Amino acid sequence: MALEVNGKSYEVDEEGYLANLNEWDKDVAGALAASDDAELTDSHWEVINFLREYYEEYQIAPAVRVLTKAIGKRLGKEKGNSKYLYELFPYGPAKQACKYAGLPKPTGCV
Amino acid sequence: MSVTKKFTYINRKAPYGTVYALESLEVVLIGAAFEQEVQLVFVDDGVYQLTKGQDAAGIGMKSFSKTYAALGDYDVNQIYVCEQSLADRGLTIDDLQALTYEDEDDDWAEKSSMNLVNREQLSDLISNADVLLNF
Repeated sequence: MALEVNGKSYEVDEEGYLANLNEWDKDVAGALAASDDAELTDSHWEVINFLREYYEEYQIAPAVRVLTKAIGKRLGKEKGNSKYLYELFPYGPAKQACKYAGLPKPTGCV
Repeated sequence: MSVTKKFTYINRKAPYGTVYALESLEVVLIGAAFEQEVQLVFVDDGVYQLTKGQDAAGIGMKSFSKTYAALGDYDVNQIYVCEQSLADRGLTIDDLQALTYEDEDDDWAEKSSMNLVNREQLSDLISNADVLLNF
């Protein structure tokens, strides 16, 4: 499968995850979101940017429990809970946010 | 919460060459979601899994060395390293990554997850485990 962004073609897997995470940029993130009929706001970007940094540091996408705790610590308690994160990413915060961040599906996510 | 069991993972092999080390790490990270008590033991060539400064680019593999540092986030903070295995390989604890965790009950103070153990302590760890997984 492929995703077309600004005339360039990006390879994605059958679930829409980007095949090569080095190809990711903000426009690709927007297009990945658009393919789910989602629109990225600043609140989404906070989570997406956090995930990219986490991946860069640890080479894995965090499990949702770890993500929730870390977001709470970084962005404040009112954001570090599953209600807030599920409102932003209704398909599952780790799963959906990782997709837009161009990361593989979190380890342990089926 | 239901009964918590003590899961002890024994890591015996070098990080690359076989898939054991990576598989063990993935099972630990996935298993962490079940909120059980988890202990990781590094013995024999397994101590090489934690050595600093790994670069797997030359063998065309992704280095997963950095991922061990995430274990603290997953509440895996009981890491046991066999001191005899280190000594046999000319290594000391300073050659290994200093894995830490943040203690939620102590205002998120950063604490060490690393414990050096001798053969006797190692047998105790193994006999006290409810579930023993060998990699």
